[in-house]
Amino acid sequence: MRRRARTALFLVAAVVLAAVLVDGLAGLPAFGHFHGVDGRTLDHVTVRQRHATDVVTAVNFDYRGLDTMGEEFILFASSVGLVVLLREQRADRQQCPDDAGGASGDDGRDPLLALVGRWSVAPIIVLGVYVVTHGQLTPGGGFQGGVVLASALITLLITTGGRTPRTIRRHGALEALEGIGAGGYVVIGVAGIFAGLQFLSNFLPLGTAGALFSSGTVISLSTVVGLEVAGAIALIVAEFAEHGQTPGVGS
Amino acid sequence: MSFLPFAVAAWLLLVGLYGVVTSRHLVHLVLCLGVVQASTYVLLISIGYLHGGRAPIFVGITVGTPAVDPVVQALTLTDVVVEATVSALLLAIALQAERRFGTVDPDAIRELRG
Repeated sequence: MRRRARTALFLVAAVVLAAVLVDGLAGLPAFGHFHGVDGRTLDHVTVRQRHATDVVTAVNFDYRGLDTMGEEFILFASSVGLVVLLREQRADRQQCPDDAGGASGDDGRDPLLALVGRWSVAPIIVLGVYVVTHGQLTPGGGFQGGVVLASALITLLITTGGRTPRTIRRHGALEALEGIGAGGYVVIGVAGIFAGLQFLSNFLPLGTAGALFSSGTVISLSTVVGLEVAGAIALIVAEFAEHGQTPGVGS
Repeated sequence: MSFLPFAVAAWLLLVGLYGVVTSRHLVHLVLCLGVVQASTYVLLISIGYLHGGRAPIFVGITVGTPAVDPVVQALTLTDVVVEATVSALLLAIALQAERRFGTVDPDAIRELRG
């Protein structure tokens, strides 16, 4: 009864919202005829000014560098929140969370699949590093490449049985990767102040447009974001996978 | 048909909200929120589109060639990252709710809390 009333209320609200949306969207420039001043200016000046050929990456890691720092810390904060929530839930259900790792993750899995999974890790990491480091030249960058890097662990998890390899877990490699990535962004930003410019200024040599080591701090910031994203996404997936493997938690 | 991309954005927003309001499962609710966010991607990308424009990547094309707007593309990237992280956090909270209340039905949770 209450559900029906709520749905009816939503439908009324949705009609009003739809009317407002149509009104708002009708006021936009016609599709395909957008002439934003900022975008057009950036299209013209980025290659000359920053020696980066991918304007989107230059916008993210230079012109809008401060916003990207905020975005990076949203990722950082929510992954830390997730880890705290899930670890606390697991600690409640079992005495020694680390001993549970004794249950082998490989049982019941196809050994051939596990082999293919292990062999895919290196090529995926190479691809991820390529995408991270070439963001200033062609489509890519820290966020995209970082997710590719994290998918190496995801592939390993789904092919070998849902447990993060103990060497990675024991040394806190993913947490470290995430911390270095988040901290590195701020360090590069502060280094701009020490170079006599402003926070997150592009103070490094710009190099030649089109070369790998070009665009100054764009490639540096893209790389640390790659580390942060790889660490955070891998950590999130590893925590959920760990959760699914822990007896007595969830269903 | 030039209004079609904007219509898709509006439709995704409304249908996603409908899913959120009528959801009976927290995981379903999180996915519906993802649909709502997808409408913002479609909207941003379609605003920045330019007929005949190239991708804003000046490799093999000279600077000055008409290109689609890079600023909204960068914003969309931000949007995607935020959506992914918020979904992950919400899913963890859904697990927490399941543990505390023994159910993932939002209505049942409200009744349990009184």
